[in-house]
Amino acid sequence: MSGTVAFSPEIIAQHQLTPGEYQKIVDILGREPSYTELGIFSVMWSEHCSYKSSRVHLKKLPTRGKLVVQGPGENAGIIDIGGGYVIAFKIESHNHPSFIEPFQGAATGVGGILRDIFTMGARPIAVLDSLRFGRLDDPETGARNRRILGGVVSGIAHYGNCFGVPTVGGETIFEPCYDGNPLVNVFALGVCRKEDVFYAKAAGVGNPVIYVGARTGRDGIHGASMASAEFTEESKQKRPNVQMGDPFMEKLLLEACLEAMQTGAIVGIQDMGAAGLTCSTCEMGSRGEVGIEIELDRVPQRATGMTPYEIMLSESQERMLLVADKGREDEVFRVFKKWGLEAVEIGIVTDDGKLRVRHHGEIVAEIPNRELADEAPLYDRPHTAPPAMPLAPAPRTTDAPTVHDALPLLLAAPDICSKHWIWEQYDFQVRTNTLTRPEQTDAAIVRVKETGTSVAMSLDGNGRYSRLSPREGAILAVAESCRNLSVVGAQPVAATNCLNFGNPERPEIMAQLVEAIEGMSDACRFFDTPITGGNVSLYNETLGDGIYPTPVIGIVGLMKTAAPVTVPFKNAGRAVMLLGGAGTCDETRFGGTQYAKEIDRQLWGLPPALDLEREKNVQAAIREIVAAGLAESAHDLSDGGLAVALAECSFGPAAIGAQLDIDSDLRPELLAFHEGPSRILISTSNPTEVSAIAQRYSVEAPVVGATIEGGMEIRQRGNTLGSWDIAAIRAAYEGALEANVR
Amino acid sequence: MKFGVIVFPGSNCDHDAFYAVANNLGQPAEFIWHDSTSLGDIDAVILPGGFSYGDYLRCGAIAKFSPVMQAVKKFAADGGLVLGVCNGFQILVESGLLPGALIRNRDLKFICRELRLSVATTDSPFTGAAQKDQVVRLPIAHGEGCYIADERTLDELEAEDRIAFRYIDNANGSMRDIAGILNKERNVMGLMPHPERVTEPLMGGTDGRLVFESMLRAAAVHA
Repeated sequence: MSGTVAFSPEIIAQHQLTPGEYQKIVDILGREPSYTELGIFSVMWSEHCSYKSSRVHLKKLPTRGKLVVQGPGENAGIIDIGGGYVIAFKIESHNHPSFIEPFQGAATGVGGILRDIFTMGARPIAVLDSLRFGRLDDPETGARNRRILGGVVSGIAHYGNCFGVPTVGGETIFEPCYDGNPLVNVFALGVCRKEDVFYAKAAGVGNPVIYVGARTGRDGIHGASMASAEFTEESKQKRPNVQMGDPFMEKLLLEACLEAMQTGAIVGIQDMGAAGLTCSTCEMGSRGEVGIEIELDRVPQRATGMTPYEIMLSESQERMLLVADKGREDEVFRVFKKWGLEAVEIGIVTDDGKLRVRHHGEIVAEIPNRELADEAPLYDRPHTAPPAMPLAPAPRTTDAPTVHDALPLLLAAPDICSKHWIWEQYDFQVRTNTLTRPEQTDAAIVRVKETGTSVAMSLDGNGRYSRLSPREGAILAVAESCRNLSVVGAQPVAATNCLNFGNPERPEIMAQLVEAIEGMSDACRFFDTPITGGNVSLYNETLGDGIYPTPVIGIVGLMKTAAPVTVPFKNAGRAVMLLGGAGTCDETRFGGTQYAKEIDRQLWGLPPALDLEREKNVQAAIREIVAAGLAESAHDLSDGGLAVALAECSFGPAAIGAQLDIDSDLRPELLAFHEGPSRILISTSNPTEVSAIAQRYSVEAPVVGATIEGGMEIRQRGNTLGSWDIAAIRAAYEGALEANVR
Repeated sequence: MKFGVIVFPGSNCDHDAFYAVANNLGQPAEFIWHDSTSLGDIDAVILPGGFSYGDYLRCGAIAKFSPVMQAVKKFAADGGLVLGVCNGFQILVESGLLPGALIRNRDLKFICRELRLSVATTDSPFTGAAQKDQVVRLPIAHGEGCYIADERTLDELEAEDRIAFRYIDNANGSMRDIAGILNKERNVMGLMPHPERVTEPLMGGTDGRLVFESMLRAAAVHA
């Protein structure tokens, strides 16, 4: 390589490389890098691609299990579901792009994760989203938050609906800390035959390297690096860093790739996501321990005069890189031609382990794949203790509302109210596998037509709990996710995680990350749900304000395909039972609840206390109760506690409510609204059988009342805490979000 | 009855339509690629939902130029049964096989929701197995399903009893609550809701079966 000179500290800093990292590059190459090489290193060694701040801690996560076919390190994790089939699934964040350009940011987030699934050979059959925004009613930031919400939701709808994958569930949370840092975490899951799984590994010296899909443009250059820095005023000028999505192109790419894979002529395949052509070439080379040489003149380009730097770093969407068997290229080309897609041989597999990039025949980059892809600097960043919160609330200045008055307020609260305004914009039924609509069950469920098995999925995270204790918050998220699966009768089997945090260079933020990973690790071990892949999103800060630590977990469970048990009560005159009992809570453990957020407008103390053994027993009991067909309805207690869960059970088509009388010493608002886990509200015509099962698991299961028509009431040892007309409180629950987005 | 399901680039309810007629109604079915110039030996055509050619320009506007649509037109002219669902309805309208147009929903958003509809006529091969004014529940999933036409066309559709389904819950703003219409010869129907999605209890309903069962019955009468 000719003409390389040392770069100025400013240029190096602009590439978000430290002087030490630059020196490591010089050591690897044995010379100064070219400008193209500097760009290549900067994206591959960005936080987003290299996990350099988190990797030492991610190693603590459990990744093995008897059903795990593929753990972390590939484009998606793979689980054996029996009958000769596997599922591939993963979650990814697209937080930074969604703040800068909500519609395209979210749309390409969906596109990216879908490619991760079908590059493994699996056809995507479900998408879920975990979304977080600033408050919509904030006088200062509300208008911007509404615009971001609207853009993100229509971006997800646009991409998923057109591509033809159902968006079947998720969660949406509103907190001021997400004002300048919305979180858009997208989970996707696909299915394929076990022998049809493909890996992103290059092999066979002399085999052709083929580029397929959309042309390369200047969009998204340095997207990965952008996602690895805090936002400042200048970030607004980074809009060109956000990619543009074309779901139609992606749909063609899906069908063409799956068909081309069937020819047997494909050796390995990887999508071009973050860091585009750079990442796909060096990662495939590194995994296969081979070299890859490409000629950029052959790369299809939609802009003229693109430099090697731009071509290598472009994050243009809907592109794939594959290695084919030499001599069988035409079989591959034929399939892509049928689908109207460009497929071009841009290089070959070599034996020297290097990524060699030519432009007009001249070498512009020559880097060892392994060092580039897998030997980014790792940091064990200093971590102290997570920032503390007051253990007790500030004194109330006004009288607290009664339970009767508080419930309608909570039902209209942004985190609790119905999100139908969001999920009705998603085609949640396409592919006719979706067994329920959103909000009808605690977990989303899609059947696998080929096997008689269904897959249940739940995304969970609680930033408030995690802000109070990152460790306990992560454990609670795993427990809740597993509980949601158990309530529909599914056995949790594996997980994927998305870790959204602030700036890891701040020791107290790093401490949040470390504790959350450790908590998640312990909980996933306990529930036997290994993590098969995921994503870390750091630097979620704007102008120095960080988000609450927000670990999100996505857990998948398996069940026999059958009509699932849903949330609403079905018939009057049924026994209502509270599996797990009324639970206990004190003032300290009440500070993270929705009541504390909406009524007290505060955050204090610690998250709800969790007894893992008890949680596991409750989950085992409900799975058995559901499997035995004993539950007419089932719903776990989470945000807003008992009263909110009861209301949600009462919002079915028949408007059947219930009259409950709880035997408890708790203060009324704690009794009604505490969020202690390990509790499930069910209605049944056979309380004796349910009790017998609960007893076998040593789980309390008091009959707390009976279902009635049209109304609901909660008493505490005979004293009425509140009684409500269902139609009236339902209007608040169903209309709140729509009223707020206008 | 052998069904042919047309596959355009961007069709995404093609597998669902195939599954509904093949698995849930036990009929033979095959996919027909968009560049085919003949339909082969089929008895009925389904134009499935989706985003044919990305819905670029206008929904269905590019699909009408595909080779297979010439074959579909000929098939219809010869009296064959043609069912267009969602994007398929949009393509039928763009192709001139049905009158009117489908524009953005009233509130400009995509809507996925189960709605109540009434069967507006039983005098058609797509509704013959139903009762007049029978209430059915079918899901919609579209962004451009608001049916519009000029007054004269709408009057004509009503006068000729060519409105097949009407929304009881009109979520998209369609004129005169129109959800599905027939051509003059009554062998072509366009329908915005998705009957193929509710053809088995596990999917939350079976009301969609009446469209396919009507087609089977009509074919049996003709045979």
